Amino acid sequence: MRSRPIAFWLQLGFTLLVCAFLIVPVCLSIMAGITANYFVGIGGGVTLRWIGEVWRLYADTIFLSLRIALACLACTLVLGVPAAYVLARRPGRIARAIEELLVMPVAVPGLATALALIVAYGGFGDFRRSWLFILVGHVLFTLPFMVRSVLAVLCSIDLRMLEEGAASLGARFHQRFFGVVLPNCRSGILAGSLMVLTLSVGEFNLTWLLHTPLTKTLPVGLADSYASLRIEIGSAYTVVFFVIIIPCLVLLQRFGATGRPRTRKAKP
Amino acid sequence: MTQPFHLEPVPIRMIRCAKTFDGGVRVLDPVDLEIGGGETLVLLGPSGCGKTTLLRLIAGLEWPDAGGRVVFGGEDVTALPIERRNVGMVFQSYALFPNMTVAENVGYGLRVRGIERLERARRVGEMLEMTHIAPLADRRIDQLSGGQRQRVALARALVVRPRVLLLDEPLTALDAKLRDTLRLEIDRLLQDLGITAVYVTHDQAEAMALGDRIVVMSKGRIEQIGTPREIYRNPASPFVAGFVGTMNRLPAEGGGGLLRIGGATLPWSGPMGPVEVMVRPEDLTVEPEAGAEGYTLPARISAAVFLGDRTRLVAETSDGTELTIDTDPHRPFARGDQIRLRIDPSRILSP
Ligand SMILES: Nc1ncnc2c1ncn2[C@@H]1O[C@H](COP(=O)(O)OP(=O)(O)OP(=O)(O)O)[C@@H](O)[C@H]1O
Ligand SMILES: [Mg+2]
Repeated sequence: MRSRPIAFWLQLGFTLLVCAFLIVPVCLSIMAGITANYFVGIGGGVTLRWIGEVWRLYADTIFLSLRIALACLACTLVLGVPAAYVLARRPGRIARAIEELLVMPVAVPGLATALALIVAYGGFGDFRRSWLFILVGHVLFTLPFMVRSVLAVLCSIDLRMLEEGAASLGARFHQRFFGVVLPNCRSGILAGSLMVLTLSVGEFNLTWLLHTPLTKTLPVGLADSYASLRIEIGSAYTVVFFVIIIPCLVLLQRFGATGRPRTRKAKP
Repeated sequence: MTQPFHLEPVPIRMIRCAKTFDGGVRVLDPVDLEIGGGETLVLLGPSGCGKTTLLRLIAGLEWPDAGGRVVFGGEDVTALPIERRNVGMVFQSYALFPNMTVAENVGYGLRVRGIERLERARRVGEMLEMTHIAPLADRRIDQLSGGQRQRVALARALVVRPRVLLLDEPLTALDAKLRDTLRLEIDRLLQDLGITAVYVTHDQAEAMALGDRIVVMSKGRIEQIGTPREIYRNPASPFVAGFVGTMNRLPAEGGGGLLRIGGATLPWSGPMGPVEVMVRPEDLTVEPEAGAEGYTLPARISAAVFLGDRTRLVAETSDGTELTIDTDPHRPFARGDQIRLRIDPSRILSP
């Protein structure tokens, strides 16, 4: 067998390094979440007790996170898809400037956005105390991802031509929008939606400043439990987080990779 | 081909339609145009001359500058957008919906009109038969060849029984052979349906074959409107003469009932003094060696191309004018041969 080139060993080394810092801690954390006693190790027995404990203490944070993620998805769909459509249809500098502005909440640190929100609207007590305050932050943060994702697909199809084709056949604006535009950017909407869900469930920076003791989300609860409870409970919490977030990431990877949904095979 | 329906022929009138785009660029000078009911009108011209713009004005995809009007039959449609004009349109890049099958594409216009499913399926089936794509009904668009896509686009535009059919260079993206087949089919379809049609092309052979009348355009202006024969035989301007078919231009001198071209003399009733006369390649005849010397023009062959049905010669006269001649394919010619050309006086065009 020929000896492998040096590049191979360098790549292998790099891959192992990445594993050591990315995957090993994750595995250890998951293990810690299901061991009876972390200090004894996995030999001391496996238990779901800590997960049960997490559920008892933090079920409401999990539900709140899911509720915010779904509401956030609804908002970004209603705001983001039409916004992407308008940006795709309008050439010109104003449209491009708006496109750039939309990315601001991603570029600016989450803490700064949160502070700005508190300074501006913290005075509205009921609003400040409700989960809607967090929702606003999440929508601001995730909207650019939805718009970008849909816009990318809209720019790759000849949108104007498709719409003119539909109009020439007698389709009114709403018929064109729902019957031709939306189905043709389905892959972008899907990818955007998964991205928004994933980001919203995992968002910590903004949420940490925006939350109140009564509106804790999953990541905030996680930080909380690591700071104040047994390591096993914190780790069990991580397990719960993974169970929610990993399916999203896997789907995202699949749709992101193919770009558009696979075409049906022709009937023979 | 079956002929399931006949469409009501609707005449079109364009009155002082000009088009200026944002930024003040006028791409179309005011146009007055009458298109008869059931007529096939071809817009012919070089790239960028405004053919598509004129077609889009008729379609309702662009609006004419203030003062322009578009009338279908008795109805002024100037203010109506395309979806309310009931026109069928075939786009150069087809504009088919990638998210739908062939049958769904063709049925789309009927669906948005709220026509119920059974009736829709019947009419779609009928249209697919008519355009010879019935076996492809369940295919997706990305599984079709260019020619098949063109048929779908045509079927989709016709199934809604439009008042007017508008086609923007529908065959440009196809290879030569397929273009000929489809052109014949489109021609027959338009005749059978009796629909008013406007067809844009920059290919003069296509224009000749399809058009009842041809509108020759150049730089946003109409140069000439006429039947293919009129356009070919009596071009109204040097531009038309040069753009439609091949035309030879010869410097000549008129006087005393005679026209002198190089060494040749012809009977002439045209203007006196120096003129430029035009003659088509097929109206120049290569004379056998011993011709009537006085009436023929000596020239030397600089290229001979055998085209199967004819031989195309390029020859140079003694004063350096280049002439194109179409001649008998059975006679051998070679570069450098000295020939004599006879010009039929009745075929000479002078604008
Ligand atoms: N939306 C637009 N805005 C500005 N100028 C335009 C627009 N559409 C077309 N033009 C200009 O108008 C002129 C005529 O365009 P048009 O598309 O009608 O030409 P055409 O005869 O169809 O050419 P082709 O054979 O290349 O399709 C061109 O110079 C083009 O650049
Ligand atoms: Mg064009």
